[in-house]
Amino acid sequence: MMHALENFLFTYQSLIYALGVNSLLALSMYVVLAVGQLSLGQAAFMGVGAYSSALLTVKFGVPFPGALVVAAAAPSLLAFVIGAPTLRLSGVYLAIATIGLGEVLRIFFLNWDYAGGALGLNGIPEQAGFIWIFGALAIALTGLVAICRSRVGRAMEAIRADEAAAGVMGVNLPAYKLAALVVSAAIAGVAGAFNAHVSSFIGPNEYGFDAVVTILSFALLGGIGSPFGPVLGALVLTALPEVLRPLHDYRLVINGFIIVCVVIYLPGGLLPWRIGRIGARK
Amino acid sequence: MSDPLLEVEDLSVRFRGLTALSGVTFTVSKGSVHGLIGPNGAGKTTAFNLISGMTPQTSGTVRLNGTALDGLPTYARTARGLARTFQNVRMFREMSALENVMAGAHLRTPGKLGAILFRLPTFRAQEKQAVAQAREILSFVGLADQAERPGGDLAYGDQRRLEIARALASDPKLLMLDEPAAGMNPSEKLGLIDLIAKLRTRGLALLLVEHDMHFVMKLCDRITVLNFGAKIAEGAPLDVRTNPTVIEAYLGAKVAHGLEAKA
Amino acid sequence: MLAQQLLNGLFSGAVYALFALGFTLMFGVLGVINLTYGFYFSTGAFVALYATQYLHMPIFVALPFAAVVTGLIAIVIDDLLLGPLRRAKAPELSSLMVTLGATLLLYSLMTAWFTTDIRRFPPAVFNGGAFEIEGLRITLSQILIVVTVAIIVGGLAFLLQRTKLGLAIRALAENGDTAQLMGVNAGGIVRLVSFISGALGGAAGVLIGLNYNAIQPYMGEMMMLKGFAVIILGGLGDIRGAVLAGLILGILETLTAGYFASSMKDAVGFLLLVLTLWLRPVGLFGRVVAKRA
Repeated sequence: MMHALENFLFTYQSLIYALGVNSLLALSMYVVLAVGQLSLGQAAFMGVGAYSSALLTVKFGVPFPGALVVAAAAPSLLAFVIGAPTLRLSGVYLAIATIGLGEVLRIFFLNWDYAGGALGLNGIPEQAGFIWIFGALAIALTGLVAICRSRVGRAMEAIRADEAAAGVMGVNLPAYKLAALVVSAAIAGVAGAFNAHVSSFIGPNEYGFDAVVTILSFALLGGIGSPFGPVLGALVLTALPEVLRPLHDYRLVINGFIIVCVVIYLPGGLLPWRIGRIGARK
Repeated sequence: MSDPLLEVEDLSVRFRGLTALSGVTFTVSKGSVHGLIGPNGAGKTTAFNLISGMTPQTSGTVRLNGTALDGLPTYARTARGLARTFQNVRMFREMSALENVMAGAHLRTPGKLGAILFRLPTFRAQEKQAVAQAREILSFVGLADQAERPGGDLAYGDQRRLEIARALASDPKLLMLDEPAAGMNPSEKLGLIDLIAKLRTRGLALLLVEHDMHFVMKLCDRITVLNFGAKIAEGAPLDVRTNPTVIEAYLGAKVAHGLEAKA
Repeated sequence: MLAQQLLNGLFSGAVYALFALGFTLMFGVLGVINLTYGFYFSTGAFVALYATQYLHMPIFVALPFAAVVTGLIAIVIDDLLLGPLRRAKAPELSSLMVTLGATLLLYSLMTAWFTTDIRRFPPAVFNGGAFEIEGLRITLSQILIVVTVAIIVGGLAFLLQRTKLGLAIRALAENGDTAQLMGVNAGGIVRLVSFISGALGGAAGVLIGLNYNAIQPYMGEMMMLKGFAVIILGGLGDIRGAVLAGLILGILETLTAGYFASSMKDAVGFLLLVLTLWLRPVGLFGRVVAKRA
């Protein structure tokens, strides 16, 4: 039995890692969507986390936990800088600013020879593993669930439903929106560090437009009523191309198609259930 | 005049060449019900938006309990004791009535992040209390039996009550109601009059914008009348009702002079 | 040397302006940030390519032809994607997300069909060559760019300010419901705006494709970032702003490539974007910051 399990884990190792990393990324997208913001910088934040942690372990031999802390902190700082001016503007500006950020970072990494330039960074030690990834996922999930079932969660839902009304009720809008952005960046950065340290190579093109739209599709498919929705979306969309082999090449097409269909026909996603609900059973 | 709670001084706002409010000054006393009336387009809702911080003023000051509110964002003003409802009900439709009120109590619900994350007993107790307090407010406005229903499912009149309940939850010193009776049928309006009379017993001051004259005359201690963005009259209901300038503003000069001739 | 740089910058800026026009028109009138717009850019270039290659059209015919075809495609796509959202009165961000998904879908399909190989216009298209005026070199394609942009901007301004149709468009932009109550045919106008936007994007695609003689599916995607910078700098929904901001971006980019490094050129757009958001979010001519009250 154990032997079969070990075999299974070994064969599907990269898939299992991908499930974990993508779930973390979906959670990072969830955090901003939960306050009604559309940040499309998740892939960029992931890239910053991946590159910063990889450079630290490869070039400076920094132990993994240390690199992980930087992987969370660096994107958070970036999110703070990008997010602060766009707070008082409508969500469209944030979306645009973060798309732009992603592109600029891609160009930056492409031209930064110290980090390998177009050829990317090689030889990253395999420091992350099952326990790191799924441990982090469990922690993030429990933390978010706890937050959702409190006044913070109610405030977040209020902002999502009607920002002006939420403000009138005393919810500190800029603080919540900025905090959501920073937390999402930290989670994405950590996911990036994990990804870097289970595949021995990272390149600048992994963190571009396609990546962030894919992450968005995870969250939209699953539904943002609770943190479980996006995780479900990530699991489904990561596993599906494996299960249905021929679909693998059309992954991007399918992701795009899913976003279109979900937004138009299924706005609540697969899991429209609202977490922490008191009453309001339909 | 007793203790001033809200002082609006020389408030003006201009939008790209259009002066929506010019030099409006009035005071709302603690525990009183103050009406703000005027024909359509007089600037009443604009005044509300300025006082609650949703629009910045061009000049003038707004003070609550002596401290100036100028420049403060909406949520900061709510923290200082100002609450408002909206002309078109802005309900959180998906959330239940109870959750709406609990959301309104955001500032009054303590909750440290640490306690939340680790579900400490203090947190659980606070949540329980929040629910209890929300239920109390709901029964105060007469919606106790609707507590579990989604906000969007409530009858229109009940939705307006819910909005008032939600505003109450932040424990305000001044409650601003923007046309609370709009769209209500006569029996709903009677219920609302009772509710507002009850609100006085909670020690709040109320600032009302309303078109229904009967409503205003019955409830208000003092009335300020606006027209074309400026104050044209102020005083006790009886005085305002017979003020020729006010009559002229609402009904036109001919009628006003006609009435004057008769008097 | 500087003069030549400025001139080149002006020309590429003109194309940015053209690209941004369609984009900002969609936002100003329909209130949507339409990310499939970049796809129209690529489509225009490809249609012109096939028109010149297989239908043997001269470039002066291929350009308007590509614009019209792209405009028609735009009507279909916009109707499919944005129609249901408009009817459901969905929040602003929904249109952003739906066009985001559609963009991914459309680009992937295009790449699957055409592959990412860079294609070029047939040599016959470039028989003109270049002119020399007082030491400054101007190519035929650059002249074509300026003429086209001038015609289009002029035509658009005339349409919007001096015709009844333009009035209807502006009314719809101000307040959709009221305009409809006054008899404005919203459906028709919306399709018209989609057509114009698509045509503008497509035309811009042809011109850039001509200028650099490189056509591949993702060219539109790279344009989008610059498009964002231009419309935000110019002010969302403002036509003069789009034109002015486009020219500014073009000039700054060329100067950066000339005096710093060519690879940094693309970052200029983003820097402009961030600076605008920091200092003056409404942009140069923006009236009101796009906010749902």
